[in-house]
Amino acid sequence: MAALKKLSPVFVALVAIALVAGGSAPWWLGAYWLGIFTVAYYFGVFAMSWDLLFGYAGQVNFGPTFLIGLGAYGAGILNNQGLPLPLCIVCGALIAVAGGILLALPALRLQGPYFGIITLVAVLLLLDFIVIFAGVTGGEIGMMVPDVLSVSVGANYWYAFGFLVISAVILYTLSRSALGLILQATGQDRIEAEALGFNVTKHKLAAFSISALFSGLAGAMLTFYQGTASVDQMVDLSIAVQIIIAVVFGGRRTILGGILGAIFLVLFNELLRPLGQLNTFVVSGIALLVILFLPDGVLGYVLRPRESA
Amino acid sequence: MLGNAPLLEVEGLTKRFGGLVAVKDIGFSIRGGEILGLIGPNGSGKSTVMKLIMGIERPDAGAVRLDGADVAGWPTYRIARSGVGIVFQHSRPLNRQTVLENIKLALLPDSLFRLAAEAGVEDRAREIAERVGLRNVLGRRPPTLPFADLRRLEMAKALARDPKVVLVDEPFAGLTPGEMAAFAELIDGFRRDGRAVLLVDHNVKSVSRLVDRVLAMYLGERIAEGSASDVMQDPTVRRVYIGGAIETHARPEIAAQGEALLDLRDVEVFYGKAQALRQVSLHVGAGEFVSLVGLNGAGKTTLFNAISGLVPYAGEIRWQGRPLAGRSPAAIARAGIVQCPETRELFGDLTVRENLDLGGQHLAAAERERQRDWLIELFPVLGERARQAARTLSGGEQQMLAIARALMMQPKLLILDEPTLGLAPVILDHLSRALARLRETTDITVLLGEQNVTFALPHADRVYVIEHARIIWEGHPARFAEEMGTGYL
Repeated sequence: MAALKKLSPVFVALVAIALVAGGSAPWWLGAYWLGIFTVAYYFGVFAMSWDLLFGYAGQVNFGPTFLIGLGAYGAGILNNQGLPLPLCIVCGALIAVAGGILLALPALRLQGPYFGIITLVAVLLLLDFIVIFAGVTGGEIGMMVPDVLSVSVGANYWYAFGFLVISAVILYTLSRSALGLILQATGQDRIEAEALGFNVTKHKLAAFSISALFSGLAGAMLTFYQGTASVDQMVDLSIAVQIIIAVVFGGRRTILGGILGAIFLVLFNELLRPLGQLNTFVVSGIALLVILFLPDGVLGYVLRPRESA
Repeated sequence: MLGNAPLLEVEGLTKRFGGLVAVKDIGFSIRGGEILGLIGPNGSGKSTVMKLIMGIERPDAGAVRLDGADVAGWPTYRIARSGVGIVFQHSRPLNRQTVLENIKLALLPDSLFRLAAEAGVEDRAREIAERVGLRNVLGRRPPTLPFADLRRLEMAKALARDPKVVLVDEPFAGLTPGEMAAFAELIDGFRRDGRAVLLVDHNVKSVSRLVDRVLAMYLGERIAEGSASDVMQDPTVRRVYIGGAIETHARPEIAAQGEALLDLRDVEVFYGKAQALRQVSLHVGAGEFVSLVGLNGAGKTTLFNAISGLVPYAGEIRWQGRPLAGRSPAAIARAGIVQCPETRELFGDLTVRENLDLGGQHLAAAERERQRDWLIELFPVLGERARQAARTLSGGEQQMLAIARALMMQPKLLILDEPTLGLAPVILDHLSRALARLRETTDITVLLGEQNVTFALPHADRVYVIEHARIIWEGHPARFAEEMGTGYL
């Protein structure tokens, strides 16, 4: 394929290694670590979805967990009503898209920092909602769901890995497509993009919907992996902050960098658990150093454009 | 293919920003293959007219007809698709994509579902690149390009939509004379294509060889229209740019005194790749009143910002014999160089009195009071308006407040950047009298940057003329009229 020729050999090699290592993990990795990676993969989809909005459309969405939470709780509540699991996941994702559009339609009209602030408020509203309607949502304790994806560690890993790879292929292709180019133009200079004849609001709304779709899907699947939807792990603002860190760490505007960042955050938090309280401190410290010295993130640094005249 | 019906027709265009009428009843038409120059000093409303046509701002009244269809008030992207292209002065290309990809972007349809470009786009992009002179840099990324090539890229993007009407904002800003010729040729190419072209610029001079007609604006209104030479001869235009009859009151004894307070040698400034100052040398003696005259965009503000430490520069700037390089803007202000910027930078929500007191923060209370009383004597209107919020003042009053606030800092050197910007002629008299009093009653040193020669010359002991980023004349104001008077506009 002609498009493949344009990719740098370093990049192709990295992807191949990642696919082989990730795909074969159940044969050489213990159940405990498989579980860690399973969570990291869902987290990776959160991060990639966020990068599509931030890195390409230039929209700082402080509320990725609003979309994730809608997907997770939407799917969970429907499952508790007796709907079958696959349908719940699809409905959860659609609820996230609907909620995302309802939020984005007014918010995208605002200029400057107000979009970010509205998304932040949306998360707080969702948190309040979950606590107030604790009878249905389980409140701060979390909501148990009757069904799970699988009881097998390996199968759960495969689900997460497959979902990650499919999401990555779709999101990465989108980012390299005409849509990605137009989104970057709108993110960089709205007026110039409009002057070239692009309906900026339409494209940003599309980006938001796609981001919501994958965030919602990942939130719903994570719920059925863990057997619970919980505020602490899916809606809380600290999760939003971690998603943002994962993207900046891995590399803004790379899509795939989000996966690296997510794995780094989840894995190191686990590896450094013996440090106790120091654990988060060290992980945040490393992330800070990377952001300071590699502002384009790890993947952004590896793939930085080299001049060819 | 010179059609007879105009491609772009503007009629009764009006735009208000709050109480300010930025554009008032402007109308013109451009036929295919015709170039209209829209000129006016900063703040005259010419850029707003361009934004109104493009839909970046919505007009309050009036019509913008494209090939007969009224597009006034449409969103920008629809106006763009109806056939209007714009070449922005400042480009923000996609830095991670190549030049070719940037051009291809402009060729994409506004569709969410076409994920790949159509066949033929590549060839078309190459064709356009060839035409604007980017053929040799197709694979490069914008950050590595020289300034002129970035502007070529903007031209290419505008051209890619095959517009019927092209708006070009300050086509020659930041270019070298050689590049200017190449760009004039490109714009002339738009004419040969049969497009209607609107060139927006500060002055007639730079666009005169290219345009068929010129429309001059001042304070939002049309002041003249006709051929370039007619407009240059127009008495109203000359009054706006040069002012009326030139008077001078130089004090020859001062210029000779002692060593220079401020001394600039070979100062150069770049904005990214655009050179804003070339080898500028200039000095100001203690107690001297020096005027730096030049049209908008010549480099006056850049020079002042370099002195104030706000932009990095090459060359040397010495203050009282010591170099200023490496000192922060705050340290430079404390050393006695106070700039009163053309944008005025008042604190709009604070009262007149509070604005003044902020300027005198470093003074002891009694001293501050004395300084304030003196300034209110100098500008009596500020006393009457002491408790009003600064934003409610008129333009002239705001300018006086800005000058007074700068004087509250008791500067050794006061830099006044374009104080007449956007002011009506009657206000200029008030301001001029205040400056005269200031000069007569104090030993303050002033560096005044002005486009309006009539305003700048009466006060000056010495004059510099700046054009296209370099100083082209220095001398006594009395000699200005005979040596520079005709060549200035």
